[in-house]
Amino acid sequence: MMKDITLGQYYPADSVIHKLDPRVKLVGTMVFIVSLFAFRSISCYILATAVLVVIIKISRVPFQFIVRGLKAIFILMMITVAFNLFLTPGTPVFRIWKLTITAEGVETAAFMAIRLVYLIIGSSVMTLTTTPNDLTDGMEKGLGFLKRVHVPVHEISMIMSIALRFIPILMEETDKIQKAQMARGADFESGNLIQKAKNLIPLLVPLFVSAFRRANDLAMAMEARGYHGGEGRTKMRPLEYKNRDKCAYLLMAVYLLAGGLVNYFVRF
Amino acid sequence: MAIKIERLNYIYSEGTAFRKQALKDINLEIPDGQFIGMIGHTGSGKSTLIQHLNGLIRATSGTIYYNGENIYGEGYSMKELRSRVGLVFQYPEHQLFEIDVFHDVCFGPKNLGLCQEEIEERAREALDQVGLDSSYYRKSPFELSGGQKRRVAIAGILAMHPQVLILDEPTAGLDPRGRDEILDQVAKLHREQNITVILVSHSMEDVANYVERIIVMNKGQVFLDDTPSRVFAHYKELEGVGLAAPQVTYVTQTLKSQGWDIDTSVTTIEEAKQAILRAMS
Repeated sequence: MMKDITLGQYYPADSVIHKLDPRVKLVGTMVFIVSLFAFRSISCYILATAVLVVIIKISRVPFQFIVRGLKAIFILMMITVAFNLFLTPGTPVFRIWKLTITAEGVETAAFMAIRLVYLIIGSSVMTLTTTPNDLTDGMEKGLGFLKRVHVPVHEISMIMSIALRFIPILMEETDKIQKAQMARGADFESGNLIQKAKNLIPLLVPLFVSAFRRANDLAMAMEARGYHGGEGRTKMRPLEYKNRDKCAYLLMAVYLLAGGLVNYFVRF
Repeated sequence: MAIKIERLNYIYSEGTAFRKQALKDINLEIPDGQFIGMIGHTGSGKSTLIQHLNGLIRATSGTIYYNGENIYGEGYSMKELRSRVGLVFQYPEHQLFEIDVFHDVCFGPKNLGLCQEEIEERAREALDQVGLDSSYYRKSPFELSGGQKRRVAIAGILAMHPQVLILDEPTAGLDPRGRDEILDQVAKLHREQNITVILVSHSMEDVANYVERIIVMNKGQVFLDDTPSRVFAHYKELEGVGLAAPQVTYVTQTLKSQGWDIDTSVTTIEEAKQAILRAMS
């Protein structure tokens, strides 16, 4: 039951995309998303598709892993498409009862669907190729400038990485306690809603106790190793831009430029 | 024939990048009333195997028969199986949740749907078996010591009256005295109630004193399955899989290699003492 839930969906593989600096991937994803919403013609989306396909190919992540994330937004997408389809004013092409579908509506709905799908695929590629720790590291360094306006960037990213690190531990713990209580005849599946909630007590009480114990142990271990917040703290593997990262930024700029030109000059 | 395992395989995360075969072609027979030690290095599959025995994990392929019935068969009650095959997990004290010791021990029998008197009778009996008297009944499980908590957890399983008792590392993290107390109580239960006991451990010393049969697991397979003395005769191979025979095996083997006429099949300190005295006289 527990193994079906995947959080922090890193897919290990040996590829250039995996090795890129997390900041590059964060910026890259952002650039890609912005470009999706700036593009207004089919030719632009052909360009975006080509770029996405190439990136997926290079990343060596199986395609089925990438599309898995799409299931979650399917309903959201349907609603968006429906609203755009029926509520865009323009030349009517089709009429059912009081609802009118316009040519402009079809176009906007199609673009919206493509945007949402590509947005999810694009960010999935990032989370699939970057470990959660790298991601928070990248955010800490990338957002470092916010420290000047007294945003506790280090603390926030430490909280995030500890939380991410604890998810698998607590899932494992839940699984273990659940099994231990099942061995004592506990039933977590049958009964009505109130009964089910009541049945969770033997699971939740030990889980909370264990979460507090672990948090306590971790705090103690961190203090014992001299942790005192982000001030003056150095990294074991500091993030540094390598040549491939600079290349990636260059390619991003080329992509934006190409997209802009296509958007402006090609009329279809 | 109580438990029979046939060609059991178990694979974690089948069909993903994290696929791992945890158990490979396990064939075992566990007759009623045996006291068995199951030994293996961390990750050898011993914990995974015992969770199959009460149906908490479903095998990828293969069958398990409990008293001749296929536990994966249509309509077989897993709840029934779990009341017959009691499994005490590693660090069982982490599963305690009730307001007091007595209520926690009652949790198992209550799930069996027994009447209130029977439940309380069983809880009293189980707590008595693990050596906790009525002064502990109304205490919160969280104010007890580690060893006491563990005994409460074991009592929680015993109160379900299992025919087979499986203990996963019951002595992990206990001091020598707590360890001996728990193992002695388990041995007493086995003697008096004639239940099957499977003791999972990675300490040869722990099991050598108590069990009549040892199953050694390595990389998801049964590596050795024999009486303690015959398993320990393979002490060189045991070292190869990250385990070690008890100290007495090394003492007698060394004496033998230096030309003494000594019985090397001893497994406990007492037996070793007798063997050495015999060899000296």
